[in-house]
Amino acid sequence: MNDNQKLKQHYWRKNLIYLSILLSIWFLVSFVFGILLVDELNTIRLGGFKLGFWFAQQGSIYVFVILIFVYIRLMNRLDKEFGFDN
Amino acid sequence: MSIQMWTWVLVGITFALYIGIAILSRAGSTKEFYVAGGGVSSLANGLATAADWMSAASFISMAGLISFNGYDGSVYLMGWTGGYVLLALLLAPYLRKFGKFTVPDFIGDRYYSNVARSVAVFCALLVSFTYVAGQMRGVGLVFSRFLEVDIDTGVVIGMIIVLFYAVLGGMKGITYTQVAQYCVLIFAFMVPAIFISIQMAGNPIPQLGFGGVDENGIYLLDKLDGLHKELGFAEYTSGSKSTLDVFLITAALMIGTAGLPHVIVRFFTVKKVSDARKSAGWALLFIAILYTTAPAIAVFSRTNLIETVSNKEYDKLPEWFSNWEKTGLIKFTDKNKDGRVQYVADASENELIVDKDIMVLANPEIAQLPNWVIALVAAGGLAAALSTAAGLLLVISSSVSHDLIKKMVNPNISEKGELIAARLSAIVAVCVAGYFGINPPDFVAATVALAFGLAAASFFPAIVLGIFYKRMNKEGAVAGMAVGILAMLFYMLKFKFDWFGGGTKDDWWFGISPEGFGTVAMLLNFVVSLIISTFTPKPPIEVQKIVENIRIPSGAGQAHQH
Repeated sequence: MNDNQKLKQHYWRKNLIYLSILLSIWFLVSFVFGILLVDELNTIRLGGFKLGFWFAQQGSIYVFVILIFVYIRLMNRLDKEFGFDN
Repeated sequence: MSIQMWTWVLVGITFALYIGIAILSRAGSTKEFYVAGGGVSSLANGLATAADWMSAASFISMAGLISFNGYDGSVYLMGWTGGYVLLALLLAPYLRKFGKFTVPDFIGDRYYSNVARSVAVFCALLVSFTYVAGQMRGVGLVFSRFLEVDIDTGVVIGMIIVLFYAVLGGMKGITYTQVAQYCVLIFAFMVPAIFISIQMAGNPIPQLGFGGVDENGIYLLDKLDGLHKELGFAEYTSGSKSTLDVFLITAALMIGTAGLPHVIVRFFTVKKVSDARKSAGWALLFIAILYTTAPAIAVFSRTNLIETVSNKEYDKLPEWFSNWEKTGLIKFTDKNKDGRVQYVADASENELIVDKDIMVLANPEIAQLPNWVIALVAAGGLAAALSTAAGLLLVISSSVSHDLIKKMVNPNISEKGELIAARLSAIVAVCVAGYFGINPPDFVAATVALAFGLAAASFFPAIVLGIFYKRMNKEGAVAGMAVGILAMLFYMLKFKFDWFGGGTKDDWWFGISPEGFGTVAMLLNFVVSLIISTFTPKPPIEVQKIVENIRIPSGAGQAHQH
């Protein structure tokens, strides 16, 4: 295996690590907070909102947006580090 | 000026704008027709994707759906936004690097097989036709309610407009009209929402307003829960669907969103891989503005509706009530003859039936907003319906002219011939969509869920495995897609259309609704693909090279002809 291929593999592995972290957060705020634990979280209040309800109808969406922008930043940095940016 | 006058003016101005853009951005080559030349900026693509994605259903029906379903409506909010995270992280950058024109292009090349390509074309057509019929119907409805022409005339006017810019401009024309349409629809959605939020919660930001307090210092959501309890409805902030079903429906909508060809194809229009990522971020941000406002509108309008009508004398109801009664969207029958409106959960005593679409369409009237705001809602609804219809029509026409004619039937077709074929198939597609808009088949509503389920069960696993699992071969992918689609079709036909012995809610497997079954069918697809691929030969070396290549972002040329 030559250096170039090793570099590509290394890049891909880092990409997969980023993906698994970001997708875990994605799963947590929607499926866990908004659905599976909604009743438990609803006992906590965030102003006029029950917390579980807030995650299901507001919070998860905000986090989704943030996740994509974090991903963009991470990947742009990774691309530069490996010289894969154009 | 009257509401109708305002509506004609605003609709006229916006339509003139769309046509003007179409004339300025005519497509001169197949590349411009399919992917807008491949040079769209990430911001413009984000705006266009948001308009492409948000349909008549998102604009007109979703807030109402949430309004009547409370917490259970969250499946649409999370489902239709969470899919963009999958799209941005798992699909868009790699498909852009791959750099062809359509989703069947990827499936056909990655799985080195025209069988796989044909299956993908079939799914793309099925999903898109299902979807587009509903959009044309939406155009007709807006025309009939606000401009007092009949629905069919409304559909025909909508067809002519879409025909004009989709056929002339292809993806290039569609992209820039969608940018304009996003601006129109988001303005039209937010203005009434902000007005109402100020009225009801004293806060100009609806997202915060619905967590606020009313004039008596009571939290709006607590008040609504109380009203619901009084009238016998389920508590607004907790649901009545099973947790398993909410989980599966949300997942099916998310994965379906990520697998919809008219959304995916938008990411082929940007210059490079990093732009594909960036435009997914912009798209979700622009979508989130509407999607986080919708649940606020749902709460405001639900509270407003109950307080305005519940137990009030019929003769003293405000004017909007009789206006919307005429359209058949509100129905009142005085069962106990006391002259008052009883709006309760118990069907035998309930006297009022309210269509969900009213929550957005009539909301400005209910809240007594100025006429121009009411007219703006009409223009916004049309923008939402037209932008989605155009995106779908492009997928249909490129599936026919590119995937069927160029890639399978007649590979020697000239560039000019292919462009003519693309335009002709767009014209045919508009006519078919218009026909379904005028004569809506009963199954349209039922099959929208099918569209998401099918996209989830077919495309998503095939594309994700194609990128992330180098060993995946054509045998596995074709078998997986076939099993996924058939399982989904079987379940839908059985429980929505009474085929194969039919069945009611009680017969659902493990209480899973047909809407949620897409997730199960998607998992089946993954399992079958993985098992079959293990026992069949590896994909050829060139294909493995393709996979290695799409994983690295650098060197993405323009989307190219092959």
